[in-house]
Amino acid sequence: MNVLDINNVTKRFGNLVAVRDVSLSVAKGELCAIIGPNGAGKTTFFNLISGFFPPTSGSITFDGRNITRLSTHERVTRGMARTFQITEIFPELTVFENVRIAAEVAGGYRLRPWINRAEAAQVHARVEETLKLVSLETKTDRLVGELAHGDQRAAEIAMALALKPHLLLLDEPTAGMGDQETFQITQLIRRLHRDSNYTIVLIEHDMRVVFNLADRICVLDQGRMLAQGTPQEIAANETVQAAYLGNAA
Amino acid sequence: MSAEQTRKLIALAAIWAALLFAPYWMVPLGGYTALATRVLVLGLAAMSLNFLLGFTGVLSFGHAAYFGLGAYGAGLALKFVAPSTPLALILGMLLGGLCGAILGTLIVRRRGVYFAMVTIAFGQVFYYIAFQWSSLTGGDDGLRGFSRQPLDFGAFKLDILSNANNFYYFVLFCFALAVGVMAFILRSPFGRTMIAIRENERRARFLGIPVERHIWIAFTLSCFFMGFAGALYALVNNFADPRGLHYSQSGDFVMMAVMGGMRSFWGPLLGAAVFVVLQDYLSSITVNWMSFVGLLFVLVVLFFPRGLLGFLQRSKA
Repeated sequence: MNVLDINNVTKRFGNLVAVRDVSLSVAKGELCAIIGPNGAGKTTFFNLISGFFPPTSGSITFDGRNITRLSTHERVTRGMARTFQITEIFPELTVFENVRIAAEVAGGYRLRPWINRAEAAQVHARVEETLKLVSLETKTDRLVGELAHGDQRAAEIAMALALKPHLLLLDEPTAGMGDQETFQITQLIRRLHRDSNYTIVLIEHDMRVVFNLADRICVLDQGRMLAQGTPQEIAANETVQAAYLGNAA
Repeated sequence: MSAEQTRKLIALAAIWAALLFAPYWMVPLGGYTALATRVLVLGLAAMSLNFLLGFTGVLSFGHAAYFGLGAYGAGLALKFVAPSTPLALILGMLLGGLCGAILGTLIVRRRGVYFAMVTIAFGQVFYYIAFQWSSLTGGDDGLRGFSRQPLDFGAFKLDILSNANNFYYFVLFCFALAVGVMAFILRSPFGRTMIAIRENERRARFLGIPVERHIWIAFTLSCFFMGFAGALYALVNNFADPRGLHYSQSGDFVMMAVMGGMRSFWGPLLGAAVFVVLQDYLSSITVNWMSFVGLLFVLVVLFFPRGLLGFLQRSKA
């Protein structure tokens, strides 16, 4: 079964059509990368999936349910988590506290004015497990705002993972990173995909990362879906080469 | 880690010791017990405002309305319902809290400056109601004709009307109760979602927190605490003043919170203490006492942006 089915979505901002009649299906356990030149509508497309704003037309189905009109937090509650191009974290809290908030919300405790020992221990275990997964277990007491860029990104991913998502949306996970950090984040995403079997959709500019990780690549150009296929197919696609990849392929 | 915990524990013990013995150390220093009582009540109000401002990150500029509603609620209860101090406190708290809950549903749709403006507007509505509805509220003269009642414990009665120390300890008990509940909520999963919203609203939303609903709950809780503080204030003065609902009073509460340190739990109490003591001392010297408090406020904001308590904590660390 597909985790995500997007059918003919269009998003207009006044006269501008940012996303035009795009369809996309993501199967369980798949890693799908969205590429395209600047202004191709990638982030708008992501915002439509995560519920930042509703599409002008078209529908979005998640885990078999129509979520087109659901708010962001309702989508998150149903198992969709995302990170941002510019890392969105709680800078003045520690790594542990950042992830704990996510784990408590995922545990259904967000409205609770108390938490008992057993529940707190469960949350604690979940946080430690998640931090281990992203290799931040030695930095739990550091303030997130004081961490290196790559570690902040890892903390943001940890918060998303603590939600136990069925679908992970990563908006340019290696944006603004050096080679070393890019390598670490790529390794992390590979582990999440191969070992933990997460379903992932990501936007990425770094073609090494994309061709390294993706099961399938979708190319957006001027709001349209230009091509979809395996990395080999995309690399061989002449339309894509002409529009975007150029001499990079 | 444990050294920090020990230091926090010592600071906490020092705060409670200072409050517990206030009538004994303030009088020799030239103060009087009723001044300590006022510090407690206005401190509780500033802490209630800061529950929203410092820990959820939204600025209400109309919180005096819920403070004033608490005061009128308590006064009207004593005057027309029954001569009972606990009942007055409960009804005052309910009046402030329920009005906050209802208006909060409209207010939480806005953010930033617009949030502050809407809170002022709704706050002024209550001010004008209290000002105009003379037959019930006493209008411009305020609500008079009630006084706090002795506490009846069955076996004995505690005189809190004429015995200033008894009344101080009664207020301290109420203060401890409210502050305890506040601290308890802030340490809970719900309290942590408030801090999440303060730190990064977008991240909070994308963790699955319905931000508006959580701000509404925080706003409502803060109004209940505010109403409780207002009810206590009516007992302090045996009088409810329409100016207690005015937005300039709201501004005073914001000043206390910011001056004391809005990121710290106890900061607003310190801010209120400085404000109330300066007001008491300076107003006996000059009618322009507010200029001096204002000057101090500007200096604190310029040089100690984390407030007086934030500055003390930093210099200790």
